[in-house]
Amino acid sequence: MNSLTVYLFVALLLFCIGLFGLLQRRSLIGMLISIELMLNAAAINFLAFNRFLAPDPAVGQILVLFVMGIAAAEAAIALSLILALFRRLRSINIEQAHDLRG
Amino acid sequence: MTPVMAHYIRPEVIAYACFGLVLLLVFAGALIAVIPKNIIYNVFGLATSLIGVAGLFIFLGSEFLAMMEVLIYVGAIAIAIVFAIMLSQPMHLQIPPRWRPKVIFSLVVSAVVFVSFGVLVAHTDWQAAAVRGGSWQVRRLGELLLTRYELAFELISLVLLVAIIGAIITAAALGRAQAGREEEEA
Repeated sequence: MNSLTVYLFVALLLFCIGLFGLLQRRSLIGMLISIELMLNAAAINFLAFNRFLAPDPAVGQILVLFVMGIAAAEAAIALSLILALFRRLRSINIEQAHDLRG
Repeated sequence: MTPVMAHYIRPEVIAYACFGLVLLLVFAGALIAVIPKNIIYNVFGLATSLIGVAGLFIFLGSEFLAMMEVLIYVGAIAIAIVFAIMLSQPMHLQIPPRWRPKVIFSLVVSAVVFVSFGVLVAHTDWQAAAVRGGSWQVRRLGELLLTRYELAFELISLVLLVAIIGAIITAAALGRAQAGREEEEA
């Protein structure tokens, strides 16, 4: 547990679970949950490099704070879009949202 | 304490046990967040997984970010998702069964990504920076956020403000207008 590779593989596995969920779910909220998992995998990577390689331990932590801020903004926008889409379609299944299909 | 017990209650053994527990939280939570069809289980799985990630942050030396992770992700984002679930009531809707080829395709894609990045990670010779040091204190984070990273810090605040105003407009104003138009049509 004190080597960079262990943390990189943990983050990689978490990212791949998130990717699997993102591709396989049809509920928009389920896809949002998978995206949060992938963002967290990226944050683990930042902190692992910060702990084992980086010259200044503060920089990686600041980057993770920025990732959290962006994730909060993204969640707010995504949830409001989901609510607007639900009001329109009475469903949050993305396969129902095909109004723009040619 | 018997010698056998003393053998097992060493600091490093306890640390490994805690690390295993944290990994269990992360991956069990992530699998619960992705696989069950009931969306409420998914949210609780996400919260479990994020608490595990906060534990990993402590192992990586940043207690401050572990607290922020619990506060922002578990406390705010997971709760916001629960609110969205209550407002859009996906529990009462009929869910069509999963399309099996899609699941298999997703498994294959994520497995390919895992193997390719795994080979990359395993075969890279990571070099630590020549000069390493500096402070892990939160005080240093605050100083850097208000000096070197001030522009990015202010931009993030602006992005959050715009995102929240945009969220209110899309969720409340546009949704109401749409619902009103549908009532007029009906």
